[in-house]
Amino acid sequence: MRVGVVTFPGSLDDQDAARAVRLAGGEAVSLWHGDCDLRGVDAVVLPGGFSYGDYLRCGAISRFAPVMEPLIAAAKGGLSVLGICNGFQVLCEAHLLPGALIRNDHRMFVCRDQRLSIERTDTPWTNQYQRGEEIVIPLKNGEGGYVADDATLDMLEGEGRVVARYVGGNPNGSYRNIAGVSNEAGNVVGLMPHPEHATEPFFGPDPRSGTTGLDGMRFFTSLLEKVAAA
Amino acid sequence: MGRIVVDVMPKPEILDPQGKAVAGALARLGYDEFGAVRQGKRFELEVDGEVTPELLGRAREAAGLLLSNPVIEDVVNVSADESADESADDDAVVS
Repeated sequence: MRVGVVTFPGSLDDQDAARAVRLAGGEAVSLWHGDCDLRGVDAVVLPGGFSYGDYLRCGAISRFAPVMEPLIAAAKGGLSVLGICNGFQVLCEAHLLPGALIRNDHRMFVCRDQRLSIERTDTPWTNQYQRGEEIVIPLKNGEGGYVADDATLDMLEGEGRVVARYVGGNPNGSYRNIAGVSNEAGNVVGLMPHPEHATEPFFGPDPRSGTTGLDGMRFFTSLLEKVAAA
Repeated sequence: MGRIVVDVMPKPEILDPQGKAVAGALARLGYDEFGAVRQGKRFELEVDGEVTPELLGRAREAAGLLLSNPVIEDVVNVSADESADESADDDAVVS
């Protein structure tokens, strides 16, 4: 199971994403934004960070990086792709996912352990969760407000494409408390909070908060399960 | 040297946190007659020679592809900047 992790100039969480892949039992393959091929990987993670300094709009310049051309084609063909935080912004800019992410409504950077409810569990990234299960993983963003027009939001909810929602307060003004969405087939998932930061004891959310601190791990073990079953 | 100006604004229905912050600061400075502020972006694209209809067409294409995100923004203006030549002269005087 080879999982590519793309590094753009300004990516921040690529090493953590690669580590999460390894902890889950996969092989992490570094992909460079300037690469023109995906090196035969079975899935791709677009990590968090501030690619291209968030210039123009978050993800707007990365979306046209050379590696995105084969990635967009492969994603449309069914390749499993997870975009976390900045990666989610890149997927929206690439129109692989609907909507967009704008500056938090309260205009402050938010960094905290965040409760989420997992709502779509038939994706390669979430099949190890129960529908409606609440998890806690870190959230850290300045531009994490998920927005789309009402017709798009209705469509996402009607088709069951909301992957995760914020629970216990909306941290960034996201419409309908949406924390993550998927494409129609479910192989492409974008998520604003960071599952890769909740995969190792004592390095994720505080276990004293009543969670294991490892709630993010199943995003990565789900993938292995999916590939093993395929 | 010609110049094309592209103006991009957040869509009216999308929250504009930057505009809100600027409106708050204006009010604190006593400019309370400006009830709301929306902040957009202006791009200046330089071209060799005259701005032709073809070049404006290319600029419109680039505005839709890269300079704006149609999900959250509108391109409200793509036009030749008539003052481009004058400002080039100004630069010459200053230097």
